[in-house]
Parts: sequence; C-alpha cells; structure tokens
Amino acid sequence: MNGLVMKSTVPITLTFLFGFFLLFVNVSELSAQQPAANQSAKPGVDARIGYLRAYEPQLALSVLDIPPRDEGVAGANVAISDNNTTGKFLGQQFTLDVTETKFNADVIPAFKEMVARGDRFVLADVSAKQLLSIADIAKDAGVLLFNIGATDDILREEECRPNVFHTAPTRSMLADGLAQYLVWKQWRKWVLLYGSHENDKLYADAIRRAASRFGATIVEERLYEDRGTARRTDSGVVLVQQQMPVFTQNLPEHDVVIVADESEVFGSYVPYRTWTPRPVVGTAGLVASSWHPASEQWGGVQIQSRFVKMAGRRMLSKDMQAWTAVRILGEAITRTKSAETKQVEDYIKSDEFSIAAFKGQKLTFRNWNWQLRQPILIGDGHGVVSTSPQAGFLHQFSELDTLGVDRPETKCRLK
Amino acid sequence: MRHHMCLLAAAAALPFLAQPGWANMVYVSNEKGNSITVVDSTSMEVVKTIEVGQRPRGITISPDGKIVYVCASDDDTVQMIDTSTGKIVGTLPSGPDPELFILSPDGKTLYVANENDNLVTVINVETRAVVAEIPVGVEPEGMGVSPDGKTIVNTSETTNMAHFIDTSTHEITDNVLVDSRPRYAQFKPDGSEVWVSAEIGGTVSVIDNKTRAVKHKITFDIQGLRSEQIQPVGIRISADGKKAYVALGPANRVAVINAETYEVEKYVLVGQRVWQLAFMPDGKTIISTNGLSNDITFIDTATDEPIKSVTVGQLPWGVAVAPN
Repeated sequence: MNGLVMKSTVPITLTFLFGFFLLFVNVSELSAQQPAANQSAKPGVDARIGYLRAYEPQLALSVLDIPPRDEGVAGANVAISDNNTTGKFLGQQFTLDVTETKFNADVIPAFKEMVARGDRFVLADVSAKQLLSIADIAKDAGVLLFNIGATDDILREEECRPNVFHTAPTRSMLADGLAQYLVWKQWRKWVLLYGSHENDKLYADAIRRAASRFGATIVEERLYEDRGTARRTDSGVVLVQQQMPVFTQNLPEHDVVIVADESEVFGSYVPYRTWTPRPVVGTAGLVASSWHPASEQWGGVQIQSRFVKMAGRRMLSKDMQAWTAVRILGEAITRTKSAETKQVEDYIKSDEFSIAAFKGQKLTFRNWNWQLRQPILIGDGHGVVSTSPQAGFLHQFSELDTLGVDRPETKCRLK
Repeated sequence: MRHHMCLLAAAAALPFLAQPGWANMVYVSNEKGNSITVVDSTSMEVVKTIEVGQRPRGITISPDGKIVYVCASDDDTVQMIDTSTGKIVGTLPSGPDPELFILSPDGKTLYVANENDNLVTVINVETRAVVAEIPVGVEPEGMGVSPDGKTIVNTSETTNMAHFIDTSTHEITDNVLVDSRPRYAQFKPDGSEVWVSAEIGGTVSVIDNKTRAVKHKITFDIQGLRSEQIQPVGIRISADGKKAYVALGPANRVAVINAETYEVEKYVLVGQRVWQLAFMPDGKTIISTNGLSNDITFIDTATDEPIKSVTVGQLPWGVAVAPN
C-alpha cells in the first residue's frame, strides 16, 4: 500500500512541480510546501493499475471478427490518458501495468508478481475459472479486481466476491436486453440454435431464461455439434451454403432465429442462409453488447474519435469495459484524493458513486453483487439498432435492473 | 403530454397581446438541419432559414447585434453571419470540433471549447487569429465568462471539473470538481457565483467565485420521472440575479429556481430534450430549444407558463437573441 502514495518522493515532486509551474505560473501561493488553495496542485498520488490478461489469438468465422491484438488493453490505455489529463490538475498520475499469460494458463504466479510490483487495482481479462483462482488471494492482499471480460453469471451469483467489481455485463443482461427488443418488436416465437461448447450452452441458458421472463416462446431448439471442420477454407462457402438451410429446415413457425455460438463455430454462417427467411439474432446477426464501434449517441462521438486516434482502430465492447473500469478508478481516486485501496473501495461502494460512460445515463453498481448497471446496445455489423432497456419495461428501483439477475433472485451472498 | 398540448393550443388561440416596442430576432442553431432558423419574437413566427456548415451547435451574437457566431462543429470552424443580410461573411479558426463558445463582454474575444483536443482556443475576433490555446480537462464543453470579462470558466465533461481561467494570462487558476458530465457554466450577473450543470450527475453546482469552492448543490425531483431522466444542461440567470432557469434535457422541462435560496420553484413542461435557453433583452420572456420536438418554446417569466412553441429546423440546439 505504501508504494501507491508517494507523498514526497523526489521524481514525482520534480515532475509535477515542473508541470505545475507551467500551468500556474502566475499563482504566487503555489509552492512545494504550500499547494494552492481550492483543489489545485496536491502532488503525489501515483496510481498503478494492473491489467492481467490471458491471451491467445482467437479464431472467427469472418476475418472481420478476429479480435484485435490489443482488445481491451487499448481501452484501458485511453482511460489512463483521460485520467492523467484530469490528474495533472490534482497532482495524480496513473500508469497501466499489463501482464499477459497463456490463454488457459495458471494465472496465480503472474498475479502474485503484479501484487509484488505494487498493483492494488487489477483489471482481470481472464476466464471465470482464472478469475476465481485469484479472487481470494487478491482479497488477502488488499487488491480490488475489476472483471472486464467474463460475462459468466456465476461470478455475480454463487461465486460473487466482495472485492470483485464487474464492468462486463453478464450473459443474462445481454440476453435480456436482446429479448426486450424482440418482445417490443412482437417477435415472440423463437428458434434457438446453440453450439456444443460450454460458453455456447451458457448463452443458450440465458436466452431460455429471457424467454420465460419476457413472455417469448422457444418453439424449437437445435444443437450444432462442433466436429472440428476447418473455418474459412477455400471451398467453405459452398459447403456452408448447402449446410445451413438444411440445418434450419422443418422448423415450426417462428419469428426469429437465435444463435448461441460464442465459440464462432457456425453462428455467423446462419444469417441469410436459413431455410425460411427470418432475422437472425444472438451471437450473430443482431447482437447485444456493452458497446458498439458505431455508437455515437450521448457524446459517444468524442470517446470514439479519441479511441481511434490512440488505438488506430474502432472501439469494441471489451475496450469500453476496460475503459470504464479505469475511469471508475480515476473517478474514485480523483474524488477521494487518495489511491489507498480502502478509501477507493469505500467510495465506489458508497451511494455517492456513479460513472458516465456515454450511455445516456449514469452507471452505478448493484450493491448486492458489484455488477455495473448499464444499458445494453443492440446492433448488427453496421450500426446500433436499439438500446435496452426498452420503453415500458418498468422496475421499482432502476429500469436497468430489468436486465440480468435482479436483487430478489440473486444467489450472491457477499461475505 | 397530450393534456399539455391542448393547453398550448388553447393559449395559442387566444389573441396574443403584443408588447410594444421592437421585435427582436431569435437565432436558433439546428444541429441536424445544418441551418439557423430566424424567428421574429413579436409575431413568434419563422422569418428566415440560413444554411450554415455541418452540425451547428453553439451560437452567440455580438453585443452590437451585427454578427451571429455559430460553431459548425463538423466543419471545424466558427461561422460569422451578418444579421442585416443573413449571409455568412466570414469564418474564425476555431480549432477542431468546436461545440460551445463564449464572447467576451466587449465582443472582442471569442473563447471556444474544442472537445476533441482538450483545449480552449482564444480567438481575436477582429484579426480573426488564434491568440492562445489553453490545455484543459477531457472533453471541454461549457464556457462562461464573468461580467467583468476577467475570468472564463470552462467545464470538462469527462474530467468533471470547472476550470477557472484568468483572461489576462490565459492560465488556469483554479480547478473545481463538480458532478458527472458538466455541460454548462453561467456567471451570476453580479459575478458572485458560477452555476455549473452536470448532465449525468443530475445537479447544478453553485460555485462561489471568491473562494472557488462549491457552496451549494441544486438537485431536481420531478414526480413520475426517474432521476436518470433529469439531465441539466443550459442555464440562464435573470439580470437582477433573483431567478434562474435550467434546461433539464430528456426530462422535457425547464426548472425555475429561486437564485437566492436555490429552491426549485417550478418545472415548466416545454418539449422533448430541452437543451439551451436565452432571455429576451427585456427579461420578460425566456426561450428554450427542444431538440427532439424540433421546436422552441417562449416562456413568460412573470407567470413561468409557456406562451407558444414554434417549429424550427431539425434538432434545435442553441439559441441567441439579438439585443436590438
């Protein structure tokens, strides 16, 4: 904890004083001993934010969907830069410490090294299993974790933790956001096509839950086995054109086809190839997500152009989830004027806390499992089609709580 | 809403009691219409539409009433319109993505918030040259100027600060933290306070201009509306400093506030997404821009009742009234 607050170390003082004299050259009362009155110059808060990432190149059915090398990290970097622009007025400096492990690796050693380096706030871009492997170690070390990648509901339910905040939405939030739009459109008869991997099945579960919550009917389900056939082979398109209509033949009357294929085995091949002409939604076609690279509403133009300028590509959901986590820390450290874990945690968990993230309203945490409430964008490869919650889905406390598992249903018991 | 429309229709049907004196021209920037709508304040009718650059937002008028300045945000420029001809007579080098600006009380200097570059650009209107660029917080937006012209306040939307800038040195002297997404800064006519609206925070912070600290935070509570829907944007304070009007965005209302006690006295239902406000020079009327209804509403400041709504262009954003 001591490593975080450098009240009088030489390099920081020098750096900041130089900066401040440029900015406040005519403010006579400003000196190293007597910082200016009114929230100006209080040198010395140095906030290190860790970014733990389990990475390997991912396959996708379309080359356009292959995740960029710096997915997520780029969002964190933009937020670090934003925090530092604010920080220069307050003598606060933010740095990002990125550590990468193999995709399915044991992340404990890497995490322990980050803690040893002084990271007290760590963004976790890892699987649910990996996150759980470090959650309690983090708690003992006084480290706050921000889950920016895993959508698994279990991390907010049975396996929730008091020191883990989630800026990534859950699968149930995504499915509910999509379902509200479909119900608003009166597309209530669904066909569910789901993949054979664990994540696909979890997404399908979230869709089934959403159907019963919002009064839709799943008229038939079909499983698509992953038999390991090559994606994007030279003659693949011909094969797929034959295969998908057959796979979707003889279905009962339905309004939409929902695909649950997070693993990118077949889902992207479904649109335009169904036996009967129906819109395709889910993990392909019309997709629910926390952000969209074309979202320009609510001041979104500004974050989008800032992001493109820094990253050289457009902003994706994981970038936004990472940006939001780093901005939450920036906000807490700015408001509390401290990078002490306890103060930051207390502030984020207080009623005072909210964050603006270009979604038209303030975002807050659900205090029963520390999931960030957020509108869900519904979009296709081209643009944003709608934003949920949809009008008319009411809630006694916050309409955002019509998305995902609500307080009365939660299985989370924070210790 | 429907009930309200009936009331409005009834009010419009009554013979309008015209005030004696000159009509003032009202200039409305239409963000999506790429135009300025000119409305006669006496007849409350559209008299002219002027085509301008892409995405016009911030709008103001010179103290002599001769030039209207418009931020053409997507054209990265400020356009100058001659009010006698309605023609664009020049441009100012605003820097990228100008959204809002403020003209110094003497009309000689324009201070522009450049959202994309975290800068406030200072422009000499006469020479049309950039005098200074002042680094501020992330996404600078709101601009206010003190009545004596010595201080400007810029708000930065992601940094959540009001930056006080000395206009003689172009240096920041104070940074005051306010609530989320501060949109607009307005000095009281006596210069004692600066009011800063926070769109996402849902509050107006009253900053003491002497101590440069928040002395009061105004909150809003409208029955039947969620707090998230109440998003304060534009602010205007009456010349005697007694009354303030705050546009509440998607709450579709203008709040009327006792500027001495900070109590909200009334919410005036106007149109959808209320964005900016401007007083008529005599202070008897205030005008709101209602972005999603594509209209502006004239509000009587004696009764704080809407007088009439006038359809303008697409997505009206800002409004400026000719002083003469």
